[in-house]
Amino acid sequence: MTTQDERKAWMSLLAKSPAEDLERLWGSFDAAQEHSWLRAPEAGGVMVRGRAGATGAPFNLGEMTVTRCSLKLPGGEVGHGYVQGRNKAHATRAALVDAHMQTAQAAAVRRTVLTPLEEAMAGTKKTRAAKAAATKVDFFTLVRGED
Amino acid sequence: MQGDALSKTSLEGGFQDAPVDSARAFRAAMSAMARPGWIEPMDAATPPHPASKAAGTLLLTLADHETGIYLAGDHDTPMMRDWLAFHTSAPIVGASEAHFALGTWEALLPLSQYPVGTPEYPDRSTTLIVEMDALECDGVVLKGPGIKDTAELNLPDAKAMQANNAQFPLGLDFFLTCGSRVAALPRSTQVSTTAEER
Repeated sequence: MTTQDERKAWMSLLAKSPAEDLERLWGSFDAAQEHSWLRAPEAGGVMVRGRAGATGAPFNLGEMTVTRCSLKLPGGEVGHGYVQGRNKAHATRAALVDAHMQTAQAAAVRRTVLTPLEEAMAGTKKTRAAKAAATKVDFFTLVRGED
Repeated sequence: MQGDALSKTSLEGGFQDAPVDSARAFRAAMSAMARPGWIEPMDAATPPHPASKAAGTLLLTLADHETGIYLAGDHDTPMMRDWLAFHTSAPIVGASEAHFALGTWEALLPLSQYPVGTPEYPDRSTTLIVEMDALECDGVVLKGPGIKDTAELNLPDAKAMQANNAQFPLGLDFFLTCGSRVAALPRSTQVSTTAEER
């Protein structure tokens, strides 16, 4: 049984995952690749919106390229893939992972694909945060002896 | 299982090759509208029961997230709603704000519930997709723009179509679908019952 939130989490992870990482990990996972298309991979633009300070009024940040596809496994599970960029094979792999996460193989997929992806992403985030932290400057003002 | 709606087979039957299929279907829809009484083939999409292939193809071609669709009677099924949401992202709305309405003639009545446009914006009207049991070039006589002399088509209700034509330039436009064939009846077409004509 999967909940909406769990699916949301892995969809988010897959959407942000680098194409090479997913290709390598999905390649190492031995699964039947057969599927039928509900929506063949197609590239398009989406408007990314933001809120200043996460609470302000929404504004359009800019457009980004997204590739999406939907497919169905022989068992009837439907997988959707939405990824950054125009790599159609990447979108297909993301949709396959989503579909296989709804089958009995979910645990194996999580172990071989999702968990390593999560770790890689956490690692990247940490490295970037550490790099940024190293450039931090503490400003302070000495009390001037005028009083 | 979450998202049951997305896990069922109701999503199948969309265009195989969206750019080509929708361009061909649009051409067929345009030809049908331009020549009332002319029947065009249209079978690129397979919507869930009970909608016909022609009706499904029309909606996939013409509808998007800005066009409200009204599903009348038996056509308002969860499968159909899911299918339209997945393939077109079109909102399902009531009859009074519909850009497109789909159903059998009986289910779509009364016609007075649909917007017919305003004198400033006659395009703000509903296009009705009427599912027919049969579609043939035989029946009431049609005249008007796009018809050389006269054309014939079996209409569900000639009187209602006459009343619709009388509102011109306001009024409703109709696509008549049966299986994988489609014909059209724009508001500009004058309908005369065969008895008067012959």
